[in-house]
Amino acid sequence: MIEMLGFDFMQRAIPAAVLIGLAAPAVGTFMVQRRLALLGDGIGHVALTGVAIGFLTGTAPVLTAIIVAVLGAVAMELIRVRARTGGDVALALLFYGGIAGGVLLIGLAPGQSGSTLTAYLFGSVTSVDQTDVYLVAALAVLVVGVMLLFGRQLFVLCQDEEVARAHGLPVRFLSLLIAVTAALTVVIAMRVVGLLLVSALMVVPVVTAQQLTRSFRVTLVLAMAIGALSALAGLSTAFYVDVAPGAAIVLMALSGFIVAVAVGWALRGLRARRLAAPRPAAAPPPSATPRESVTR
Amino acid sequence: MSDVAFRTVGCRVEYDRQPVLHGIDLEVASGEVLAVLGANGSGKSTLVKALLGLVPLASGRVEVHGRPLRAFRDWSRIGYVPQRLNVGGGVPATVREVVAAGRVSVAKYGWFSSRAERAAVHRALDRVGLADRAADAVHELSGGQQQRVLIARALAAEPDTFVMDEPMAGVDAASQAALAGTVSELASRGSTVVVVLHELGPLAPVIRRSIVLAEGRIAHDGRAPEPVGDCARPGHDHVHPHAGPPARTGLPLAPVPGGGEEDGLR
Repeated sequence: MIEMLGFDFMQRAIPAAVLIGLAAPAVGTFMVQRRLALLGDGIGHVALTGVAIGFLTGTAPVLTAIIVAVLGAVAMELIRVRARTGGDVALALLFYGGIAGGVLLIGLAPGQSGSTLTAYLFGSVTSVDQTDVYLVAALAVLVVGVMLLFGRQLFVLCQDEEVARAHGLPVRFLSLLIAVTAALTVVIAMRVVGLLLVSALMVVPVVTAQQLTRSFRVTLVLAMAIGALSALAGLSTAFYVDVAPGAAIVLMALSGFIVAVAVGWALRGLRARRLAAPRPAAAPPPSATPRESVTR
Repeated sequence: MSDVAFRTVGCRVEYDRQPVLHGIDLEVASGEVLAVLGANGSGKSTLVKALLGLVPLASGRVEVHGRPLRAFRDWSRIGYVPQRLNVGGGVPATVREVVAAGRVSVAKYGWFSSRAERAAVHRALDRVGLADRAADAVHELSGGQQQRVLIARALAAEPDTFVMDEPMAGVDAASQAALAGTVSELASRGSTVVVVLHELGPLAPVIRRSIVLAEGRIAHDGRAPEPVGDCARPGHDHVHPHAGPPARTGLPLAPVPGGGEEDGLR
């Protein structure tokens, strides 16, 4: 562990990965509750088109990726509301459009090919520079800030959009806030875990945490802790065993999930046994059986 | 208390260009307890959603406490109880968290509740008899208890105008009694309550006016229709005798080949 810190690139990679491990599940908790677990993936695919546009126009790919990803997130929200399609169909449209656009445009950029995109698809945490670390830190501050300020409203929105409206909340604005925060997280995290895997950090720690919790707030905080821990553990594994860091981080998170399922199952079993002690019986309802079922 | 809580003028709602409500004119006075009755698909749920702007109007207008819906800002006066608790993507939440969310129209920002907030949440839970379940996960409660949580959420901001969408549907007897108690308490404090019901049931004593919707129009408006016949008997079993096999009315039946008792007719 100490030895790992002796390397310059690791001194940048570790804070970047841990901050993303904290930020991604924070947005992810709201996405999962809103049944948009794959939103990050959809945005990731769209961001690929943005990366290609960056190469094509000679602009910084991160910048164009942010612009295109935010537009994609907004489009996704509009498709969801306007076209009355399910969120999954809107996502499918983004997936295909984003990947196809990225591959097509990168081919047009001089001196680039599909392999240029690989670094963005799978990330390259070891080539993170000081600017990236600052960007990631700013992202983490932004995400936590949004959660602290709007957490209450976002919770109501993700719980039930209709109820949010009946409380007079700005439903459209809040939906876009989640989508745009997710888009920023995806693009800034792509350098660390890659576009294909960033969505995993938004979802897996959340479903891991919810195996063990009963409260939304505790789920959110626990998911952030699990995310940061997976990032740290995955990165160390990659350093010592020499495997792809993004993949190691995600597999670490997934093994955490499997452990949590087992622990959660055991805990609920214990609890059920404790509750199995005699309980006052509920009022017997069989008198309400429709007569037809008796006569036929 | 003579002002109008809700007024709709020519309120028309369409789903997929199919009219669901055909120009409803309705006035609900402040402090009135109104039941909205009607068969499935008659538009009763749509009507109460239209009152709060939860469904878009094809034409007509809605006023809440004297203001057009678009200009209405006083949302903390409104307590909305949806048909059921939405579990969403399955992230757990405690009873306390769900009820505290009902105060979002009062305290919009921030993440941690003040002492006053917590006290309000406790009062709301106490009124529906669930104060001891505050730390439990809502998804572990029974359907009836979840319904009571939804009522507590609506109570949390201490509003004076309630819209409830079938709060009694699929609710066990104990929770029905608790809900009826809460609604009559609200009524006695002068709150406005618009409640969608399948039948008046335990709420019958509190309801002062009821409208019956049929195919998107108001078919009856006035005192609650008196239950007649068997249904008037207190504590009657809600069964539908006509849903059973056709009654033997004495009319000649077509002989059934090989049928047991009809053999003699041949």
